[in-house]
Parts: sequence; structure tokens; C-alpha cells
Amino acid sequence: MANERPKADVVIVGLGWAGSVMAEELTRAGLNVVAIERGAWRDTSTDFPPAVDPDELRWHTRRELLQPMSVETTTFRNKTGQTAAPVRNWNAFQFGWNVGGAGTHWAGMSWRFLPWDFEVATQTAERYGEARLDSLMAEGLQLQDWGVTYEEMAPYYDRFERIAGTSGKAGNLNGERIKGGNVFEGPRERDYPTPELKDTNWMRMYRETTEGMGYNPFTIPAGNISQSYVNPLGVTMGPCTYCGFCDFHGCGNFSKSSPQACILPALMRRPNFTVLTETEVLHAVKHEDGKTVKGVQFVTRDGEEGFQPADVVCITAYQMDNVRLMLLSGIGEQYDPTTMKGTIGRNYSYQTCSSVTGFFSGAKMNPFIGGGALGVQIDDYNGDNFDHADLDFIGGAGIMGYSTNGRPIANMNGIRPGNKRWGSEWKEAYARDYQEVANIFCQGTSMPTRDAYLSLDPTYKDRHGQPLLRLTFDWNRNDKSMIDFATEKAIEIMKEAGGEDLMVDNQAEAAWNPYKQHSSHTIGGLVMGSDPSTSALNPYLQSWDCHNVFSVGASAFPNNGGYNPTLTVGALAVRAARAIHETYINNPGPLVEA
Amino acid sequence: MTSPKSPGMNRRQALFSIGTAAAATGLATTGRAAELHGFPHETAMSADHLPVPAHRGGSFRILTDETDRATLKAAFDRLIPADDQGPSASEAGCLEFLDDQLSRPYGEGAALYLDGPMNREREAAIMGAAQVFATPRDRYAAGLPALEAYAQATDGAAFAALSPDRIDEILTGLEAGEIDLGDDVDGQAFFELMLQNAREGYLADPLYGGNRDMAGWKMIGFPGARYDFRPYIEKRGEELNLTPVSLIPND
Ligand SMILES: Cc1cc2nc3c(=O)[nH]c(=O)nc-3n(C[C@H](O)[C@H](O)[C@H](O)COP(=O)(O)OP(=O)(O)OC[C@H]3O[C@@H](n4cnc5c(N)ncnc54)[C@H](O)[C@@H]3O)c2cc1C
Ligand code: SF4
Repeated sequence: MANERPKADVVIVGLGWAGSVMAEELTRAGLNVVAIERGAWRDTSTDFPPAVDPDELRWHTRRELLQPMSVETTTFRNKTGQTAAPVRNWNAFQFGWNVGGAGTHWAGMSWRFLPWDFEVATQTAERYGEARLDSLMAEGLQLQDWGVTYEEMAPYYDRFERIAGTSGKAGNLNGERIKGGNVFEGPRERDYPTPELKDTNWMRMYRETTEGMGYNPFTIPAGNISQSYVNPLGVTMGPCTYCGFCDFHGCGNFSKSSPQACILPALMRRPNFTVLTETEVLHAVKHEDGKTVKGVQFVTRDGEEGFQPADVVCITAYQMDNVRLMLLSGIGEQYDPTTMKGTIGRNYSYQTCSSVTGFFSGAKMNPFIGGGALGVQIDDYNGDNFDHADLDFIGGAGIMGYSTNGRPIANMNGIRPGNKRWGSEWKEAYARDYQEVANIFCQGTSMPTRDAYLSLDPTYKDRHGQPLLRLTFDWNRNDKSMIDFATEKAIEIMKEAGGEDLMVDNQAEAAWNPYKQHSSHTIGGLVMGSDPSTSALNPYLQSWDCHNVFSVGASAFPNNGGYNPTLTVGALAVRAARAIHETYINNPGPLVEA
Repeated sequence: MTSPKSPGMNRRQALFSIGTAAAATGLATTGRAAELHGFPHETAMSADHLPVPAHRGGSFRILTDETDRATLKAAFDRLIPADDQGPSASEAGCLEFLDDQLSRPYGEGAALYLDGPMNREREAAIMGAAQVFATPRDRYAAGLPALEAYAQATDGAAFAALSPDRIDEILTGLEAGEIDLGDDVDGQAFFELMLQNAREGYLADPLYGGNRDMAGWKMIGFPGARYDFRPYIEKRGEELNLTPVSLIPND
């Protein structure tokens, strides 16, 4: 093939969180790894030092670190049969496009999923009876286990937490419940690498209020590190300064868990690692037998195409692009909601959310003291932590009082209801309410349905002429009932805390669309599982269809937990990489018999 | 192709080429794809991530039409009027801010997906609201004359000559989607664009030409680009009286 590069043992497509975790594992095992990344090289001191980072207009309002829609966007429709439209402007999807991926500009909430999240189908049947599971399935939910349990995941979670330097307090040490930590979490072998972050004014109020109501508040585990720390790769991180310019921004203090702060300094020094920046992978190229791939076709920023041969291809291009690249490469079969055949694009889900805003007369919240992951949460209504026997839904939500930021443009509509958004009325309201407002956020589970899926759009193309990915999605009845329930709990907490003039934003109240929603957490479409007729990947994240293709991202989750996804993505990346270098490389072939 | 591997290029050159070429264009990066081995040790800022202050010197570069500018000032100064809370939008530099923003990639709509087919009704139905089909620069170029034409038609006067109450009435009508500015301009969307940009100018770092004397930040008590609140986090609920700090020194 023309313009062919020297062969690598492994090519990594997309050098964000999953890609850099895998590259670190694989190069440490001695493999020769080439990573191909669409975005540019970005680092702390050269790209977002403290004199550059606290710039809301540039990084948050204009989103200058994010991948623009003109580079690649998504098309969207609520249901099959509609003609999808391309998402033209900034929206809920907030993709990364630099070395580090969205791991550079994420917020850092660093959760392990609950044991229940991995086995929703089995545990629902066990606890509430087969008939309950059957009726949910009959209603259209597409529940299935992950093919891996929390217990099996625990060591990989531990590894990722050590690399990322997660701050927090254990709530379940080897089965012993510890007050002040999350008593609902699955058992962990040891405490977090660094202690939990400090409370802001609102977090302290939220903690005391929820504790008084009989709940179990805890500080959210954070990729905003609470003290200096040296991770297992020998990389040093500095303490978070609560700067309040975290999500959508880089971190100028080496304090945010990110590929830049935690992995790249070690990875880049390995002689068996190479990264091609500003180079986009177009698709993988299959061998004639169709059972394996030879490598990936790419195009540079200058429009020059080339080919990178490799024994193993790891697709770590973020959930949406993982699915799209599989479809563009012709690996596996497109899911069809009418026949329910095909696995690529199946089990798309999202994050079912709501927020409750309250105002506290005369308060000084000092909201500018913030961190991306700074907050206090209760998990009493998350997952299956509460009895659903008499409820008409499964799942739940983490309910948090948060202090992420007081950025003035982002919060300019955070004024008491009934006030105009302009004129002297707005000025007076904002001058008062900036210090008096506080928010509770419900971050809920999302269950896949037969009708929610990803496919290639028949009409709209990206800048290289390749089809865009099309999302077909709307809220399902189960998740709407769940978030109604959680929102009521959040309203009770806000009132108990003394909040007045409440504003409630229940995102599932109207049809889903990417401008109305706020969560960047797009899930599924290339899910793992133990049954090749319902999953695209086996429990080692290996394609059932092409055994030398592995793909890691939130695309692999068959359903979404009531949490942010990244710790689970990182843990799956460690698991997949170990399967590759411990087993696959010596004995290439399916790691699990279909 | 020349292979993306450029053997003659060392790390410094590779990074340099990423940075400088990128600064010249709208989207964040151009220049040669770089093949990186080893940790890039250069400490110079990437050129395309250096802060770029607003153009200074008093002349407008995009909003060059005087009537347009008068219309914009009249609208902006009702969206953010001068009062006890602080200066008006124009006094705080929001016109200069907008002119500068429109001269940047934002004004060119560099991030937007503007490929066809375009179908206003269908896309609005799916997306729950009108989608954007034009760059901010073009939207102002169409919207400001449409606003002026509306005032001439309804009041027989320039928009800028209308009374504050009458301007408020028109803005209220636009906000509610009750005023038609013609086929080319979605009045409600244009109101939202002006409101967004006026308040951005009032609340963004003074680096960008607005928020003069940090008036917007002083209004709400935002301390700006301080970046380290460790000394304050445990002073819960206290009035901290922090003087705001900008990314550029005070003039
Ligand atoms: C504002 C924001 C806040 C967030 N906060 C949290 C949080 O608090 N907690 C949490 O758990 N998660 C959070 N997330 C989500 C988190 O960022 C992602 O889950 C995580 O980064 C996913 O890792 P990944 O490796 O799958 O993708 P990424 O880290 O995004 O990496 C994918 C990389 O692939 C590259 N790529 C894509 N396509 C191609 C191609 N064709 N060729 C070459 N390269 C390609 C991209 O440029 C990118 O660099 C947040 C996200 C955003 C946007
Ligand atoms: S809040 Fe902390 S982790 Fe986040 S950007 Fe600021 S210093 Fe870094």
C-alpha cells in the first residue's frame, strides 16, 4: 500500500483517557505502540498555564479546547422514520480533540459504578422476580449484563485511581462500611490515594442538611487532587487550588487528573512509543478473510493519506467515534431496531438528569471557589440502593450539592424566577443572586431501549466526505419515572436546607434534544457482553467480529449508571490492555469462544 | 504523500510548526502533522494558545456602518442600561468587544457545521428551536438593518432615536417572538444573540475589550482570574472583599 508506515505491534486510535492508559500498559509490557490523534499536542505549561487558563469567554463560552462541529458533528432524531438533522452549533456533546482528549477539559468526578450497574438484568430478576424483568423488557427496555462483575473490575478501578490520583474517602473498605465515605459503594481494597477535598459553604450546608434528614452524605471522589501526590508512574501532581475554572478548561496547576498531568510525562519518554498528532484515522482496513484487520488508513492535517499497519488496533476515539469507526470500517453488523439483529450501534443510552436551584437570602456562597468535581452527594437513591418493589421504575440518581464554579457568563441566568434576563432588573437581580444561589443536581441512570441506537447518516458528511454518525434517541418511560422520583427528593432537600424561590429543570420532561440537554455523557453503541448476538465486544473489549480489534470507551457500557463514566472507562482500558499483552499477543485469536 | 513522519524535523521544529501555523487560522490547529518521540521539553507557549487582547485604537473593523452601530448601541444600552449597579453596555466597552469578537473565528462561525441540505422548519422541529444557519457576522449584518427598517416602518424614526420605553417594548416583543423582522432574520434568535453578546462583553475578562474597570465583575463580586482560593475555602459564608484580577494589568 502506498505511503505505508513501518508496522507497529499496536496502533491506538485517539490518545485521550482510554488511549493513553492503554498505551502506558502496552509500552510498559515492551510492545511497540503508535498512537494516532486527530488533535494537537497540548501540555500544561505550554497551553493552559495559570496566566491563560482562567479565561471563561475563551474556554467555556467559545469552547476553544473542544472539537468543533465543522470538524465532525452528529445528526439527531427522536425516532426511526424521522429525517435526522445535523447538530450545527455547540450542544451537549463536548468532544475533545487534542492529545489528552476530553480528559483534558473534563471536570474530574471519579466514580466507581455500583455492583448493580454491571448486572441490572440479573439483579433485577433476582431481587424483584423474573416477571418484573420480563415486563420491563416487554415495555422496550433492552437490559443485559456486562459480562464482567464489580468484583472483577475492582482491581482495575484501583489501578486507574492510583494513576489518576483520585481524592476521596472510602465508604466500604473490604466490606466494612465507613461513615463519611459512600457507604453504598462496592467493596474497595484500600482507601483513595489522596484524602477528600474541602467543603465550600454550600457543600457544608448540603452535608448537614442531608445528614439531618437521615441520608449518608459524602464528598464526591475527585480528579481534582487534594494534596501533592506521586503516582505509580513517578509523575508528580500538585494540590488543587479550587480555582473555579475546571470543566471546559485545562488545569494550570498539574492538579486535575488528566493524561497530561498523570500519564504523558512517563509515556512520552518510552522509546517504544510514537504519537502522530493532527492526524485523523478514517477507518480500519480488513484482511481479505474479514476476520482481522491489517491496520488503519489515516489522513494528516495537510490532507495526505497514509496507512499504519499493526497487529492489533485499539479504537479509543471516544464513545461516538468508536461506534462510527467500527461502522466506517465495516466491522460487525449495524443494529436494526426492527429485526433486532446486528450489534453495532445497539444499546445507546444517555444520562437522565435534573437540577433544582434555590436562593438563600443574605447568604455568601462565594461560588467562585470551585472545582470541577467539588461537591457532596447522597447515593441513598442511586442504582438499586433503595427498594423498588413498590416503585414503577428501576434505577436511580446520585443527588449532589455542588460547587463547580462561579463563572460569571455561565451563571448569568442564575437569578430568582420572575426576573427579566436584561435591563436594570437583571443587573439588580444578578448583583444580589450571584452570592445567594445554590444548586442540587440529580445524575441518574439511563436504560437502553430497542429504539435508541446509532447508525450512519444517509445524507450528511464530515469534512472528508465520510458519513456522520446519526443518533436516534428519546427518553423512555422508566427513566422518566425515575428522574421524577429523584427530583422530588432533591426538592425536599433544597427546602429543608432553607432554599427559596425554587427553579426545577427536569430534563426528561420534554423530548430529548442536544441543545436542551447539558450532560456530555453519551453511552453505549458498542457494548461488551458475553453473548455475541447482543454485544459487539466480549468481556475483554475485543470485537467478536475481528479478533485483533479492541475498543474502549463509554460505548462499551450496556447501560448507564447514575454517575459520570470516566473511572469505568479507565478501568476497562487497563483490563483490555492487560488482556492484550498478557494473553492475546502470544496467542492471537478470540479470547472468549463465541 | 510525504510520510507524516518528517525525519528532518526535531521536536522543537515540530512544536513550532504546530503553534505558529495554527495562529493564522480560525480553527485551533493547522500546519504539519507532527510525529512525536520523547517528551517535548520546550517551555514557550504554543502560539495559538497565547491570549490575544482585543484590537485597540478606537476604530471599528466589522461594525463599520454608523447607523448599524447606533442601532446596536441603542439596543445594548437597554439590555444593560447605566444605573446604580454600574455602567451601561456601551460604557463598559461592549460595542468594541463585539466588533473584536466578530473579527475572530467566532465571528466567522468557524466552529459551526454549515453544510447542506438546510431545512429550517424540519431542523427546528427536531431540535426544539431554530438552528443557526449563518455566521454571527452575517447575522448582525442582516439583523441590525432589519431592526432599523422595523423602527422606520412602525415609528417613522431611527431605532436609535426611539425613547427608552419604546426600545424596551420592541426588545420585549422580539424576545417573545412577536415581532417579525422579515424573511431573512429570525427576530427572536437575533434578540438572543444580542443579549448573549452584550452580557458576554459585560462579564468577560477585560482582555477582550469589554467589562471596563471590571465593572461587570464588581457588580456581582466575582474576583476574576485569581486561580488560588485555598486561603479562603474554609472562610465559609464570609464576605471576602476580594478585589478582582484580570488577565491583563489594569490600564
Ligand atoms: C465538560 C466535560 C466534563 C466532564 N466531566 C466528567 C466528570 O466529572 N467525570 C467523568 O467521569 N467524566 C466526565 N466527562 C467525560 C470524560 O471527559 C470522558 O468520559 C473521557 O474523556 C472519555 O475518555 P475516552 O478515552 O473515551 O475519550 P477522550 O478522552 O475524549 O479521547 C478520545 C480521543 O480520540 C480522538 N479522536 C476521535 N476521533 C479520532 C479519529 N478518527 N482519529 C484520531 N483521533 C480521534 C479525539 O481527538 C480525542 O483526543 C466530562 C466531559 C466533558 C466534556
Ligand atoms: S479546580 Fe483544581 S483541578 Fe480544576 S483546574 Fe482548578 S486547580 Fe485544576
